Amino acid sequence: MIYLDNAATTLRKPPEVMEAVVQAMTTMGNASRGAHPGALSASRGIYEARCKLARFFGCPRADHVAFTANSTEALNMAICGILSPGDHVITTDLEHNSVLRPLYRMEAERQVQLSFVPADARGQVDYQDFERLIRPETRAIVCTHASNLTGNRLDVGRIGEVARRRGLLLVVDASQTAGSLPLDMEAMGIHILCFTGHKGLMGPQGTGGLCVAEEVEIRPWKVGGSGVQSYRREQPAEYPTRLEAGTLNGHGIAGLSAALDFLERQGLGTVGRQERRLMNLFYQGVAPVEGVTVYGDFGDPERAAIVALNLWDVDSGTVSDRLSQKYGIATRPGAHCAPRMHRALGTQEQGAVRFSFSWFNTEAEVEQAVQAVRELAEDFRPQEAAGR
Amino acid sequence: MRQKKTALVITFAATTDAMAMERYCASRGLPGRLIPVPREITAGCGLAWKAAPEEKEKWEAALAEAGLRWQEMRTLELWA
Repeated sequence: MIYLDNAATTLRKPPEVMEAVVQAMTTMGNASRGAHPGALSASRGIYEARCKLARFFGCPRADHVAFTANSTEALNMAICGILSPGDHVITTDLEHNSVLRPLYRMEAERQVQLSFVPADARGQVDYQDFERLIRPETRAIVCTHASNLTGNRLDVGRIGEVARRRGLLLVVDASQTAGSLPLDMEAMGIHILCFTGHKGLMGPQGTGGLCVAEEVEIRPWKVGGSGVQSYRREQPAEYPTRLEAGTLNGHGIAGLSAALDFLERQGLGTVGRQERRLMNLFYQGVAPVEGVTVYGDFGDPERAAIVALNLWDVDSGTVSDRLSQKYGIATRPGAHCAPRMHRALGTQEQGAVRFSFSWFNTEAEVEQAVQAVRELAEDFRPQEAAGR
Repeated sequence: MRQKKTALVITFAATTDAMAMERYCASRGLPGRLIPVPREITAGCGLAWKAAPEEKEKWEAALAEAGLRWQEMRTLELWA
């Protein structure tokens, strides 16, 4: 199989990630639950991962890195934990449902008001819209770092500058960029950064988290066992305990920690550049093919390594299935949990076939994928275009 | 027969603070180890740093210099 669905999850992981998980499963007790060697081994391993993530994302404090199962959980915690009735939030058309649904829920349940920075047919935004949409009751800007559909990147540093100047919180969904593009909370003015471990970071599924800037208060979304302050009726106020009720995924976090070591050894810039090099190779190969429509803006070299396309007016599910069945190429079709982005692109009926690249893909795989697209474009050529 | 010995016990509000303490002490070669919080301090749960009872002031100065967060520092009689 040629695996080009890395924006969904990276299937190939560094071998040391698996080794770290196995090692953790044979040595780790429950973190924060006692002082025996097993419990301490878990506590130490998890603390080590917090320190690495804080460095990785420019989070000022390791104890402000809270672990979750994925970025969806992190975004739910962030969004539900900072908004109050009457607040106004600015977000964008690029967002995934992991941002949209918690916001819609806040709109329905807490009378939170939403404004959307629109995207054009290439998936681009006008940055002046962020400032234009600010109201006296605006509390936060919640946005993705890069669209999971087009790969277009938002200039978070620029948005962070607006947020800082206007006294707003900035919550960033880094699902598609963590591990591929540089992220620095302090430099970019990010107050809450939500990430997942199983995509670009190349860790196990079931890992993720949120990094919280100092002085940012998030109400706990879940409460329960914490290993400390057991006789308090409320969840402890200190980060990360405030956001981490229940046993953590220590085994997965050990794998994530090993993945971070791998990324550091390769160099984040090296990994991201390689992914985008393969993406560009694919883009250059398929964009000129008659019948191929590629979505997004490829003028920005700093983007997620994603190419979303359609062939003629063929259902994206049909194309993706043919890629899988005939060529052994794994892609993602349909709507990509990004309903507003599809509407902006005009692909709500057809969906799109998403090719997404990782460090472990090769040029040879990309060339085979380009050739497959060429052949399918010919196979699906409509009657009226056949004579051209 | 088991006997009690005097020890210095430092407690923390969160496990991450205890981990930071352990890491700091390991890097500086400072003696001590993590233990369950003694009930004399709190009947809850959690980790505490146990060290020799002497030099309490030195510990306070070292923790302040390192910027480590801790809750309470007490001298207790603990089972050896």
